Amino acid sequence: MALLDVNDLGVSFATADGTVNAVNGVSFALERGQTLGIVGESGSGKSQIAFAIMGLLAKNGRARGSVKFDGTQILGATKPALNALRANHIAMVFQDPMTALNPYMRVSDQMAEVLVHHKGMSKTDAIAASAQMLDAVKIPGARQRIRLYPHEFSGGMRQRIMIAMALLCKPDLLIADEPTTALDVTVQAQIMQLLAELQREFGMATMLITHDLGVIAGFCREVIVLYGGRVMEQAPVDDLFAAPSHPYTRGLLAAIPRLESTGGALRAIAGSPPNMTKAQVGCPFAPRCDMVLPACASTMPDLLPFAPARARACNRRLEDMA
Amino acid sequence: MLSFIFKRVMVAIPTLLILIILSFLLMHAAPGGPFTQEKALPPEVLANLNAKYGLDQPLWRQMLSYVWGIVAHFDFGPSFIYKDRTVNEIIAQGFPVTLTYGAIGFVLAVVGGVGLGIAAAVYQNSAADYLAVGIAIGAQVLPNFVLAPILVLVFTLWLGWLPGGGWEGGAWPYVIMPVIALGTSYMASIARIMRSSMLEVLTSNHIRTARAKGLPEYKVIMRHAFKPALVPVLSYLGPAFVAMITGSVVVDMYFSTGGIGKAFVDSALNRDYAVMMGVTLLVGFLTILFNLIVDILYAWIDPKIRY
Repeated sequence: MALLDVNDLGVSFATADGTVNAVNGVSFALERGQTLGIVGESGSGKSQIAFAIMGLLAKNGRARGSVKFDGTQILGATKPALNALRANHIAMVFQDPMTALNPYMRVSDQMAEVLVHHKGMSKTDAIAASAQMLDAVKIPGARQRIRLYPHEFSGGMRQRIMIAMALLCKPDLLIADEPTTALDVTVQAQIMQLLAELQREFGMATMLITHDLGVIAGFCREVIVLYGGRVMEQAPVDDLFAAPSHPYTRGLLAAIPRLESTGGALRAIAGSPPNMTKAQVGCPFAPRCDMVLPACASTMPDLLPFAPARARACNRRLEDMA
Repeated sequence: MLSFIFKRVMVAIPTLLILIILSFLLMHAAPGGPFTQEKALPPEVLANLNAKYGLDQPLWRQMLSYVWGIVAHFDFGPSFIYKDRTVNEIIAQGFPVTLTYGAIGFVLAVVGGVGLGIAAAVYQNSAADYLAVGIAIGAQVLPNFVLAPILVLVFTLWLGWLPGGGWEGGAWPYVIMPVIALGTSYMASIARIMRSSMLEVLTSNHIRTARAKGLPEYKVIMRHAFKPALVPVLSYLGPAFVAMITGSVVVDMYFSTGGIGKAFVDSALNRDYAVMMGVTLLVGFLTILFNLIVDILYAWIDPKIRY
């Protein structure tokens, strides 16, 4: 049985402009100790998948479908049931470390409360354990600096604190939502390396959400490519880079700037992401697709497996992709 | 922190001096004087009175001797209207009254307003929210000169539970209605500020982090949202507290409490220069003091603020 089993997940938001369908029929599974990457550009619904799993959707958000954690349905579970899972079994690292920590509380208090709440530890023990975890994320002088406030740390250090806080209860599943987006490039590399080390050391399943294919390449075993709230392609990471089976993935890979390219304009996928307030008919990528077929405007293809661990949702035949 | 407080006290002294000068000039710019009556006094009598109270001196000399009286003897001078009373006596008698009902009213307004505001924000757009907002708006559209007679009508004339006026050294039946009449609209303002700031804080990223920790909602609110939501309320509380403990002329008049609020308005109407100056200085001093206290409380709430 998979640790996390997401089936036909949909997320919609009631807004003044109508219903926004941010996620449509997304399914995937994540085994214990495995790594899964979810890639997509902004607005593709990738973060909303994470929030739906955690039960942290905004007030106007609704989730449909099924999310099973360790065999138990957690979509629409009661608040106490969700609270028992959060941080304890499923932990999350958020996008912006500058605002994700409480600026009014000492790091020690913010971290310790997790252990006091879930593990019933005394505050002194909880702070000692938290300082150890800060050591593990390589914050120098953790024992003293745990007494500081978040604003007394740099962005990269704050993200290390977020990661340490997420790992306190040794969760079975870690969801990292664009953990490096708000950081500068050299710090990004350090944080991703740290996450990879900790993932191996703790052996927790990890779901990494990002728009950066480079980050996925070094971290994940499986990848899901998301567009317009739908899964376009699913593949082991090496296969995805070697032989993308979907025009969107191919466009994404082509858009990565290369060192060896000399001058010239950067390549991009023409057009812009779809307006999610409109009811979707056909493939959401069709208006921007360079291989579009007449059928694409009216028919959304199913996500169909075509090789071991690989699936694609495209009206084009696989042979045409070569 | 200590040097910050010292600096603020040092700034307070010239501020109060400027307050004295401006009030003095404004007061004397207004036509008439303390001895202006419907039936004009004989010029000799007026001249004698002016000489007795030093009003025949040039303005700068009056100001100097006034400031000297305060600095050297803590003496705010005699009342120009009540011949046998000094300003010190008037304030010493009236201020404890307004301080009592003002401070009680303040505590109730803060507790009630903060509580209503939090409840309204947490249960946004539910019956509890509409009830809290309804109470807040109702309290604000009932100014104290409407609320005070209603209270007297209901609790004194109809029910006969509470005395309709008087103070009796602050015995509790006499305190209740002044407290309600004064505190209600402040409570409403605090509730509205608290509600909107709590709503804003509840959408911030660190609250989502707190929820992701699996904390029950009351802990999320009390441990993570309460302090930041309190910041805008705090800046309102300093001036509000001063306004409340220096009383309200409406409350003092309706309930005959003998508070300083009425003394202040009477002094302005009667051109009782000394009482007016005394109360103005008291309000100025309290305003400076409580703004300082609010600034110190900011530092207690927000670790990024260090003096």
